[in-house]
This record gives sequence, structure tokens and C-alpha cells, in this order.
Amino acid sequence: MAELMKIETQVELFIEEILHRHNQAEENRKRENQAAIRIQSWFRACRVRAYLSHLHKKAVIIQKIWRGFTARARFRQMVKEAYFIMKMNFYEEMAVRIQRRWRGFFVRKYTHNFYARKRYLRGVLVNNEFVRRDLDELEELQRREKNCLELVKEQTAKVYLAHRSHHLLSTKQCPGVFNPPFKPAPHEMEQLLRQVKYQPPTRLAPGGGTRVLGMPSPAALSVPWTRESPWIKTRRSCCSPRFTLPPIASKKQQGLLREPGEVWEQHVNCPDLTLRLQTSYTHLEEAQNHLQQLQPAKFYRRTIRTGNMLHNQGLNSDAFTKTAYAKKFIL
Amino acid sequence: MSQRQIIQAFEQYQKSRLQFVQTVSDLASRPQNIEMLQNAGVMSLLRPLMLDVVPSIQQTAALALGHLADHSDDLAEAVVKEDILPHLISSLASQNNSYKKAAAFVLRAVAKHSPELSQAVVACGGVDALVVCLSDFDPGVKEAAAWALGFIARHNASLSQSVVDAGAIPQLVMCLLEPKVTVKRIAASTLSDICKHTPELAQTVVESGAIAHLAQMILNPDAKLKRQVFSALSQISKHSISLAEMVIEAEIFPAAVVCLRDQDEFVRKNVCTLMREVVKHTPELSQVIVNCGGMAAVVDYLGNCQGNLRLPGIMMLGYVAAHSEKLAMAVILSKGVPQLSLCLSEETEHHIKAATVWSIGQIGQHTPEHAKVVATANLLPKLLELYMDACSSEDLQAKVRSPTQIKIRYD
Repeated sequence: MAELMKIETQVELFIEEILHRHNQAEENRKRENQAAIRIQSWFRACRVRAYLSHLHKKAVIIQKIWRGFTARARFRQMVKEAYFIMKMNFYEEMAVRIQRRWRGFFVRKYTHNFYARKRYLRGVLVNNEFVRRDLDELEELQRREKNCLELVKEQTAKVYLAHRSHHLLSTKQCPGVFNPPFKPAPHEMEQLLRQVKYQPPTRLAPGGGTRVLGMPSPAALSVPWTRESPWIKTRRSCCSPRFTLPPIASKKQQGLLREPGEVWEQHVNCPDLTLRLQTSYTHLEEAQNHLQQLQPAKFYRRTIRTGNMLHNQGLNSDAFTKTAYAKKFIL
Repeated sequence: MSQRQIIQAFEQYQKSRLQFVQTVSDLASRPQNIEMLQNAGVMSLLRPLMLDVVPSIQQTAALALGHLADHSDDLAEAVVKEDILPHLISSLASQNNSYKKAAAFVLRAVAKHSPELSQAVVACGGVDALVVCLSDFDPGVKEAAAWALGFIARHNASLSQSVVDAGAIPQLVMCLLEPKVTVKRIAASTLSDICKHTPELAQTVVESGAIAHLAQMILNPDAKLKRQVFSALSQISKHSISLAEMVIEAEIFPAAVVCLRDQDEFVRKNVCTLMREVVKHTPELSQVIVNCGGMAAVVDYLGNCQGNLRLPGIMMLGYVAAHSEKLAMAVILSKGVPQLSLCLSEETEHHIKAATVWSIGQIGQHTPEHAKVVATANLLPKLLELYMDACSSEDLQAKVRSPTQIKIRYD
């Protein structure tokens, strides 16, 4: 019985123990559960981690190989390009050298040709010289022309003056204004007056001017201008149509018409003349002969006055006397 | 009163009117009498005489009015105010030649003073009547009409335009072909006055073929005609490149250089002006002139004349040198620089000095070679001196400053 009691107490103790242990275990269950979970999860994590790192490693290997492959390909490409670029640079450099030479040549030859410019400037200089010379000549010519014209004008004015002042011409009796006795030679105006042939003023006074015999230099120098001047004529032929015919009622005596007392006077005066001349024995007869020879002389009267008988013989032509007599009979 | 007495009274009145008008006309042609005539109230007396029955009285009254209006501004205004112009213009069409000349003379005398008076003449229809006169047979009438048109067109562009609109230009070109020199002169001067305002007017003149006729008259011996011809050509060519080219194409240039040695100084000046206007535009045109030896002629011209006459020559050298360095070198080789320095030292007027300085600047600006030439001509000290001179004008100073800077930069 004691053992039963012991067993019973042991059973009680045992049941208490079991209860205690169950309570303990109950208390620890959660904790132990949590711990187990923790351990398990940690283990699982380790497993996963190991798996992941395995995967990573493998991935890295793949990527490593791939990248190497790609890079090598790229590098090859880069090398090719670099080579290409180097070649191109070289070509371009050579092309630049060619172009440089060409451009220099072209510009120097065609655009900014130094020698052409030099030639042009020299040409300009030469041309300038020519032009200057030509212009000088032209100016000289023009000046000379002007001077000539002025001279001609002056001369024509002088001739006109001479034409209008014919009355100032000196005569044998009375020396004119331009011919004073105390001077060795007469004034040029005097010469001009002598040269200008006087004509009485006709109706067309400015048109029918004088004829100038042997006009001095301006006529010779400048023929084209003098044609316009009415007072200088270089040719006689152009004068005559311009002259008006002399008026019909002129007082010129024709032929041998003498005034009534003239012959008687001659005969009367003759002895005086012979007395004056010389006293030779036959002088009277000689004088009378002479008188008869000089019969048609209406100049006879004048010759008596001026004292020159002999120089008029040339003027006595038979034709003259005969026609005069003939006319007288016709009338 | 018998008929004879009546007629005698009228004749006496007419005679006295004629005498009065002739006396007034003679007096009016001398300027010292005009004041007194004006004080005596001659205007109001002449006005009814202009409307007189007898044509010779009208004519002489018109002449007298012309002389009066010619003399002074206010007399011309009085003519306009008294409404004489419409009558004059209407009778321009009908009357005889001497009356037309006298009427054109009055219009010219009125128009010459100011643009407003010219506008008054235009407003009364004067331009149309004058253009009709231009086609008259008598050269004196043509001359008077052309002169009046010239004075009207002178003032400004709108008046010139009204002259052109009346169809004056073909008539004027016909007048250029007249045998009488005086008509040619006036026609050329009128064309010159018309062209000077705007390019369109110049274009109109050119289109009627004026350039060929003007070019033919270049070698005419008459000096005044040459003056006007060159003035007309220069007014045409100044406006634009195409007009200048047209003038050059008429092949005036070697012949015009000859006229630079003409006896008359104004002919020379106008030739120089023409060259300047042509040269202004492009290097090619300058090249034409340099190639025909124009440089030498212009440099000689500068040596021969004084004062204001030198101005176109100086400017021409400047324009030529401005285009390119080759042309500037051509100017230098034609002995331009010594001549310009002579001008600079001899001339006293500021605008001429300014122009000379500008030209020197244009010559020297291209390369160091050019600058060296300018410097060796001892111009730099002179330029500095001009700049420092307190009394020289602003313009001169400005013009001096830029060339000196350029030169100094190159040295």
C-alpha cells in the first residue's frame, strides 16, 4: 500500500508534473513555435540567398561574356572608323594643298593680276600723257584760231575805216594826216588808204565794197574767213557781178567831142608854150608839127598844164580816133 | 463836229497811248528807273493798256510789264494779283509773233522769282499755252516760250512735273534740232532744269531721245550752248546708275575731255560736273573715264582754275579714288595728290577745303602704299593743322578726323 500510496502520490505528482509540464509546455509552445518558425525562416532565407547569389554569379558571368563580346565588336568598328577618318584627313589635306596652290595661281593670274595691274597703271600713265599732249595741241590750235579771227576782224575793221576815210589820203599838193613831212616814212594807214581803191558809194553800199589790190597777210592766212568779208576780195572775178553799172548820165566825154572854144584856145596858147620851152630856130615849126601829131589829144589840155607832153603818145591809138570819128558821123 | 475831227481825236489818243507805252518800256529796261515808275503807279496804268485794241500798244505794254516784273519780286506779285496773266495766256494763242514773244517774256519774268509765282502761272494754264508756242515756226517765239518754261520748271519737282505733263519734252527735243543757236541753248537749259529734280523726270527726258541730240552738240563751237548741254547731261546722269550708263553709251567721253580745255571756264566746270556725276555710281563707270584719259585732264583743269570752279574736279577725284585701290592708284599716278595739296593750301573757303580733305582721305584709305604717298606729300601735318584750327567748320573737322585716323593707322 505504501507503494500504492507512493504510486498514487507519484501519480498525483505525475499528474501534477504532467500538468506542470503541460503548462510549461503550453507556455513554451508559443515561444518554441516562434523559435522554430524563426529558424525555419532563416534557413529558408539562407537557401534562397544561396540560390540568388548563385543566380547572380551566373548572370554576372553571362553579362561579362556578353559585354566583352559587344565591346570587342564596337572596338573593331571604332578602329575601322578611325582608320577611315585618318584616310579622309589625309586625302583632305592633300586636296587642300592642291586647292591652295590652284587658288593662289588663279587669283594671282586672273583676279589680282599684279602684272596686269602694273600694265594697266602704266597704260593709264601713257594714255594720260597722250591725252595731255593732244589737249595741249588742241588748246593751242583753238587759241591760234581765236587770235587769227581777231586779227582778221581787226584788219577788216581797218580796211572799212580806210574805205570810209578816203578823203584823208595825201595828194601831191597837200600831204594827208597820215603822211606828215617830218617823218621819214608815211604811217601804215597811209599805205592802207593808198591800197584801198576808192569807189563812190552806190546804193548797195555795204554789199558792193571796194576792191583791195594785193591785201596783206590776213588774207593769205585765213582764206575761209575772208570770204565773208565784203571788203577784201582775193579774186577779181568775183567782184564784177556785184558792181552796179555806172549811171548813164555820167559826165565822161566820149571820143573827140570838144568844146567849141577849145581848139581855138589851143592854137592861141600854143605860142606861149613854145616860148616857154626853148628858143631854137625851127622851134615854131617843130611845135606845130607836134601839135598836129597830138591832134586827138583831149589830154593835150592836161598835158599843157602838167608840162608833160611826151608820155601820152602811147595812148593815141588809131583805133581810138577812128571809132570816135565814126561814131560822130553816125550820130 | 465833222467826221474828220472825230477821227483825229481818236488818232491823237492812240498816238499818245503808243508814245506813253513806248516811253515806259524804254524806261523800264533801265533798272534805276523802276523804283520811280513803281511809285508813280505804273502797274495800274499798264493793265488797261494790255487790253488795248491796237496790237502794237498791247505788245509794247507787255514788254514794259516784262521788264518791270523782271526787276523785282513784288512787282511780279503785283502782276499776278492784277489778273493780267489769264489775259496774256489767252492771247498767247492768237496774236502775232512779237506779241507772243513779249507775253512769254512777261511769264518768264514773273515765274523766275519764286515757286508760288510759278504756281500762279501754271494755275492760269500758262504751261499749256507756252507748249503750244513751242511748236510755232518763228525761232524767237520758241526761244521765249522755252525760256519761260525753263524758269517755271527750275523751282521744284511738282512744277517740273506740270511742265512735263503738258507735253513739253518732245517739243523741246525738236527745238534742240533747230538751226539757230539761241534756240538750242535755251532748249538745252530748260531740259537741264527739268531733269534736275527727280529720276522719273530725267527718265522721261531720256525716253524722248534727248541724249543723242545733246551728245551731237558737244563739239559745237558756241560756248554758251556747250555750257547748257553739259549741264543737262550732268543733271540727267546724277540720279541713277542706268541713266549714267545711258549717258555714257552715247559715247560722249573722249570728245567731252577735249572740252575740258575750252576757253570758257563755265564749259570746263560743267564738263567736270558731268564727269563727277557719272563717276559717282560704280567703279566700271569710273573706269571708262579713267581709260579715256579723264584723270589727266581733270588734274590739269584743277591747276588752271580758282575758287568754286575747282569743286567738281576735287569731288570727282575723290569719287574715283573711293571705288577701288586700283583707281586710287590711277589717281595718284595722274599726279592727283600734289594737285590736291596745292588746292588745300590755296583755297580759303571751308567747303572746298572739306571736299579736298575728303578726297585725300579717299585716296589714302586703301592700303599702306596709298597712305605712304599721301604722307610723303606732307599732307598729314596740314590735316592736323586744319583739325586743330578752331575756326574751321564742324564739317571740315569731321572730314579731317576720319582720314587722319586711317592714315595714322597705316603708318
